[in-house]
Amino acid sequence: MKAIIHVGLKPGVLDPQGRAISRSLNDLGFEEVTKARQGKVIELDLSGDDPAAAETRVTEMCEKLLANTVIESYRVEIED
Amino acid sequence: MRTAVITFPASNCNRDAAMALEKVTGEKPLMVWHRESELPQGIDFVVLPGGFSYGDYLRCGAMASRSPIVKDLVSKANKGLAIAGFCNGFQVLTEAGLLPGALMRNKGLKFVCRPEKLKITNSDSRYTSKYGAVTDVTFPVAHHDGNYYADDETLNKLEKQGQVVFRYADNPNGSARDIAGICNQAGNVFGMMPHPERAIDPLHGGTDGLDLFKSIIESI
Repeated sequence: MKAIIHVGLKPGVLDPQGRAISRSLNDLGFEEVTKARQGKVIELDLSGDDPAAAETRVTEMCEKLLANTVIESYRVEIED
Repeated sequence: MRTAVITFPASNCNRDAAMALEKVTGEKPLMVWHRESELPQGIDFVVLPGGFSYGDYLRCGAMASRSPIVKDLVSKANKGLAIAGFCNGFQVLTEAGLLPGALMRNKGLKFVCRPEKLKITNSDSRYTSKYGAVTDVTFPVAHHDGNYYADDETLNKLEKQGQVVFRYADNPNGSARDIAGICNQAGNVFGMMPHPERAIDPLHGGTDGLDLFKSIIESI
């Protein structure tokens, strides 16, 4: 199984990198971009075959290490 | 008086911290490698040094804060052990949950490296008591991720409880409410992005950092 974890800054937390990205895109002529938020994607290969159990474990991984919940939120996807 | 400096892979201010501690206590601190599972008996004060532990992978200080020695430090800090973290050490303390908030990418996106004027906003803390009537100090800063963030409720609480110990006179990184250094509610754990350990000798360009070390050592 694979777990795909999306980690991003919580709404309301200033994202200077996202702001720089949106400005750069505007400079390149993509005026329709009004906001950018930058995050990261973490992919894990997992042993086992129980997606529900995997989701519980990966959520625990997010809380313990993969996300800093003071500033970040996360979303977990489990793939077969 | 026995002190210790924790060393992580890619710590780079561990020797600066050791020099500062030796200068103030007259004794060389114990250098403790991060894989140790327990701090040796009889240590009174611990410094988490600056640097780029684990190459700043994942988040600054994230990996270091999960190392065996930090687990032991968390339990000892909760029993009153004095611990200070400077720069990357501050990031480790927030990641370990010993101090509230988080350090984010600098607002201007640039690495900032220069002497920085700071205001002492709590002169009664265990880390500032020796400064007396001095209200302004200059410590070097050198960081890319020093933008202190906490939610408003936390910031209000920090201010109300006197936990904001230093503020920037000219905010270099976008830190909330110009916060440069904070302590925990009990006052034994302290963290700041600037480097007091790099301001302890006239050859550094100033000695404003010495009183910070003297303050905490004298309080023990």
